[in-house]
Amino acid sequence: MMAGEGPVSAQRPVTVEAGEVTGSYLADGHTLKSWLLTTDHKRIALLYMAAITAFFFIGGSAAALVRLNLVVPEGLLGSSEAYNRLFTAHGVIMVWFFLVPAVPVTLGNFVIPLMLGARDLAFPRLNLFSWYLFMVGGAITLWALFVGGVDTGWTFYTPLSTSYSKSHVVLAAVGIFISGFSSIATGLNFIVTIHRLRAPGLTWYRMPVFLWSLYSLSVLLVLATPVLAITLLLVLLERLFHIGVFDPAFGGDPLLFQHLFWFYSHPAVYMMILPGFGVVSEIIPAFAHKRIFGYKFLVWASVAIGVISFFVWGHHMFVAGTSLYSAVLFSILSYLVAVPSAIKVFNWLGTLHKGYIRFDAPMLYALGFIGLFTIGGVTGLWLAALAADVHLTQTYFVVAHFHYIMVGGMVSAYFGGLHYWWPKITGRLYPEMWARAAALIMFLGFNLTFFPQFILGYLGMPRRYATYAPEFQVLNVLSSAGSTILAAAYLLPLCYLVWSLLYGERAPANPWGASGLEWRTPSPPPTVNFIETPVVTEDPYEYPPPVAAEPHV
Amino acid sequence: MRLSLPQAADSAPEVDHLLWALLAISAAVLALVFFLLFLYVVRYRATSGLDRGEVNEKTWRLEAAWTGATLAVFFGLFVWGADLYLRLSQAPPDALKIYVIAKQWMWKVEHDGGQREINALHVPVGTPIELVMTSEDVIHDLSIPAFRIKHDVLPDRYESLWFKAREPGTYHLFCTQFCGLDHSRMTGEVVVLKPPEYARWLAQNGAAGGLEEQGRALFVHFGCGGCHGVTPGTESTVRAPPLAGLYGSPVPLTDGTLVRADERYLHDSIVAPEREVVAGYAPIMPSYAGQIGEEDILKLVSYIETLSPERPP
Repeated sequence: MMAGEGPVSAQRPVTVEAGEVTGSYLADGHTLKSWLLTTDHKRIALLYMAAITAFFFIGGSAAALVRLNLVVPEGLLGSSEAYNRLFTAHGVIMVWFFLVPAVPVTLGNFVIPLMLGARDLAFPRLNLFSWYLFMVGGAITLWALFVGGVDTGWTFYTPLSTSYSKSHVVLAAVGIFISGFSSIATGLNFIVTIHRLRAPGLTWYRMPVFLWSLYSLSVLLVLATPVLAITLLLVLLERLFHIGVFDPAFGGDPLLFQHLFWFYSHPAVYMMILPGFGVVSEIIPAFAHKRIFGYKFLVWASVAIGVISFFVWGHHMFVAGTSLYSAVLFSILSYLVAVPSAIKVFNWLGTLHKGYIRFDAPMLYALGFIGLFTIGGVTGLWLAALAADVHLTQTYFVVAHFHYIMVGGMVSAYFGGLHYWWPKITGRLYPEMWARAAALIMFLGFNLTFFPQFILGYLGMPRRYATYAPEFQVLNVLSSAGSTILAAAYLLPLCYLVWSLLYGERAPANPWGASGLEWRTPSPPPTVNFIETPVVTEDPYEYPPPVAAEPHV
Repeated sequence: MRLSLPQAADSAPEVDHLLWALLAISAAVLALVFFLLFLYVVRYRATSGLDRGEVNEKTWRLEAAWTGATLAVFFGLFVWGADLYLRLSQAPPDALKIYVIAKQWMWKVEHDGGQREINALHVPVGTPIELVMTSEDVIHDLSIPAFRIKHDVLPDRYESLWFKAREPGTYHLFCTQFCGLDHSRMTGEVVVLKPPEYARWLAQNGAAGGLEEQGRALFVHFGCGGCHGVTPGTESTVRAPPLAGLYGSPVPLTDGTLVRADERYLHDSIVAPEREVVAGYAPIMPSYAGQIGEEDILKLVSYIETLSPERPP
């Protein structure tokens, strides 16, 4: 079994040639070509970061217009078609071009080899190829969404998407299909890297939880994404050639689509949140200056989530007309998958216990993550209870629930990780006060935006409504007001992080006094990452008592 | 701003009890997590001179404790939710059937007596009602928040949803499965009436013949009787399964399985007769998909149901 694997290192010692190590990876070439044809995982991570940031703000703008429309019951935009296209664009972009890739391809890409003590990912050219696939897929999808327009929702339910929608479903599906291969290649790359490129002495149980999370995530990417590709292909076949798969008019079964789609898309939810778990599991010990509580439980909870998440897809279909027996089975499995998540929350709290807690911005994001993720988690218990789900599903309750997990949880974790590793990535410190302010405003704006939606859902307001009954207006206005605060909070980091690139203080190798191999090399790291391959002799998160510790080395 | 939702059907208070229990458990869990979070970040802030003493490194007892507690609470919620769901899924046999046909973007409702309405559903208070629903195009979903019920409405099959209204009044009816352009306008109202008012409404909206009668006319129009016998003992020249006494009975199929001749079976046998062929018969019936609309199929089905007088309605 992999966890018991012996004294370990699959990695061969690296000899560094003289002259190769002179400067940081950022100084290693300034031409456009040196970026666009780079195979350095650190530069590719930055290419991804530029793309991900663009997608985040495009998807976010669509969300802002959605909230704007819902300020008045009859819809401020005055067009159901525009509204339907906007929420479809928001969902498609945020799910496939932000939430699933964000942490793995930016922070993961940058940090994995550093945490492993490796020089690069196992397949550097495949890594670059993944980025190009992602960009091609992304460009096609953006064109389909904004120039053409797609009005099916990100879920592409059949037969609406195959036989009735007059919008650019085919092109959007092609774009997502292509970018899916980028996910698969990235997953493979990460799996092989973690197996083969660990530094001498870095046993499986000495790996940081972040690596375990990304390992579980990679397995999900490799196993589930092909199912999405197949499903989209079948949608294309039916839409283009009327081959009956999903539309009963051609002898198909519309529920088959939902089974296939959620067989991918439920594990995808965990693809989005697992890296978030990993980031938070790095930040909390670093700022509590304490060994992580229950390391092995955290690690195996990630693996358990990876496995069980494949068997809960049916909980999206409790009112869809599947059999009662399957509903009962999927209900209990959904409760089971929540157990490892609960274990994680308790272990993070255990890590805080008797720590020496500092409140730098990454920690504020991580603490916000715990709070918001827990709210998202307990409201998931409502939706797993069958009779309660019947009332709440397909309403704003569900919208609020998954935004608490995805935005409150995952986006908080992304920002936390971004601030945590920012000094390592850029060699600059960000302005701390601005960053703390942004974290707090984000937390407040988020709750004001999404908490009212729980109540709206209980009162019965359906999702995806361009117009709504007047009695829902007050809560919708509250939610829209919150979204303006949230939007401002998201723009803040964009400003001060860019500012820090030019004017930020130079970062030392280990500004947080954190453990982990990535902090043992200069900020920003040299192209080869480590001048000498590090040798690991201790468990992760070994934090000496604070008297001996010297933060800000 | 109204923050409460009327409990207008028998299912509503039962679902609400479960929701309040979930709210209480959620509040307790959140209170615990937030309390510990605040306690620890204040007590163990880096600048506090508090002596931390020994740090507990043995974790498995604690892990086992909170994993066990979580499992126990989750299992309780699962049992409650599943039990209620199963009970609320079974329509009582004496429920009054009302037929609902969804299409982009309207609800068409047909009552047994031939009364028809669009984007409205009139029902008597205190009577179990079973909605038999199908769609003419994409997937829709009929949701009545005041009753705490909803169910998807699928093309080419019958799904059922039942309730027993307990409070006269007018309530929202929403489509909650995204169905295209005017999804948000596919709404209507459920009007719950006292029995005498309901009787008056039925009388005022009475149409030319009930559903069965219209179905009988269609049966003749499409020449169904040319192959299918409708009275016991009648034989036609083309051998096809007789329809007398069919509804509600078990039907052996050529593949060896047994199905119950319910609405779904009758509907599917009209639009896709080759799918479930009765044992001993050749698959010679053509499909009527696209030739008979869902509304007419409903009428035919309700006529065929009357050919089994001894079966429960």
